[in-house]
Amino acid sequence: MSPVPAPSDLPVELRTEALESILVEKGLVDPAVLDKFIKTYAEDVGPLNGAKVVARAWTDPEYKERLLEDGTSAIAEMGFKGPQGECIVVLENTATVHHLVVCTLCSCYPWPVLGLPPSWYKDPAYRSRAVREPRALLGEFGLHLGPEVEIKVYDSSSEVRYMVLPQRPAGTEGLSEEELVPLVTREAMTGVAQAKSPA
Amino acid sequence: MSGTLLQLDVQGPAAPPRSNGELVFAAPWESRAFGMAMALHDGGLFEWEEFRQELIRAVSRAEAAGGEFSYYRCWLEALQTVLDRRGLVEVAAVESLAEELACRPSGHDHSHSSPPEPEVPAGTPA
Repeated sequence: MSPVPAPSDLPVELRTEALESILVEKGLVDPAVLDKFIKTYAEDVGPLNGAKVVARAWTDPEYKERLLEDGTSAIAEMGFKGPQGECIVVLENTATVHHLVVCTLCSCYPWPVLGLPPSWYKDPAYRSRAVREPRALLGEFGLHLGPEVEIKVYDSSSEVRYMVLPQRPAGTEGLSEEELVPLVTREAMTGVAQAKSPA
Repeated sequence: MSGTLLQLDVQGPAAPPRSNGELVFAAPWESRAFGMAMALHDGGLFEWEEFRQELIRAVSRAEAAGGEFSYYRCWLEALQTVLDRRGLVEVAAVESLAEELACRPSGHDHSHSSPPEPEVPAGTPA
C-alpha cells in the first residue's frame, strides 16, 4: 500500500487546481470532459429522476412489482443509469415498516436516481446515528414514527445502492403520475421523510 | 460505462438538485475534484472500487482526526492517493505546484496564461 499523502497546509482549492493543471498537461484529462461531468451532475441528474420512478410505481402496479424485484433494470427502463447505479435495490415503506438508507463508510448514493448526496447524508453524525439511534435521528428530521412502525436501516455495501419507495400519501387517489412527481423528495427516497401531502 | 451518461434524463426543470434542497457542490473546487475523478475513471485510468476503498480510508482518517468534516477534501485525498500509487501523478508534484500557485501575484486571472511548468519535477521540494 502506498503511503498516505502528507497532510498539507496549502488550501485545498490550490491543491485541486494544481492537480487538474498537471492532469491536463499530461493529457490524462480533457477539461471539456471534466466540465461535462460536472454540468451533468450539478444540473441534470438529480432526485427528479427518482421521483419519476416512484410516481410510476405508485400508479402502475406491474412496474412497481418489477421495481421491487429488480430495481436496476426497472430504473434503467426509464433511461436512468450510470455510475453508482450498477445495482440499485428499492425498499418499500409500508404502514408498519420504514426504511432508512445510509452509507456508513463512504456515503455511497444511487446517483442515477437521486443525483449527488446532500451534505447531511455525508455528515459523520448522520452516518453513525442512522445505525445507532435511527428513531431519534428521524425525529430530528421531523419524522416521528409510532412505536408500531419498525425501522430498518440499510447500510450501502460496495455493490449495492439503496433507494426507498415511500408510501403514497393519503388523498392522492385522483392525482396523475405527473402530478405525483413533485410530492416525492430526495429526503423521502432516502427515508428521512415521508412523501409530501398534496397542497 | 463510457457514454452512458448521455442517456440520462436531461429534461425537466433547469435545476432539479436545487428544487429538492441545496446545491450539490458547496464550492467550485469541490466540483473540479468530483469531475476529475469521474473523467479519469471514465477514461479507464482506475477502477471505481479502488478509488472507493481509498475514499473509505480518507473518510475514516478525517473522522478520527476530528475537526470540521469535508467530504470532498477526503475525495481529493483519495484521488491523489490512487493517482500516486498508479504512477500517474505524484502527490509531491501536486504539492509543489500548489505552492507555486500560492505565490501568484494577486489579480491573476486563473487563466494559466503564464508559461506552464514544462515538467513538474516530481518529488523535488519547491
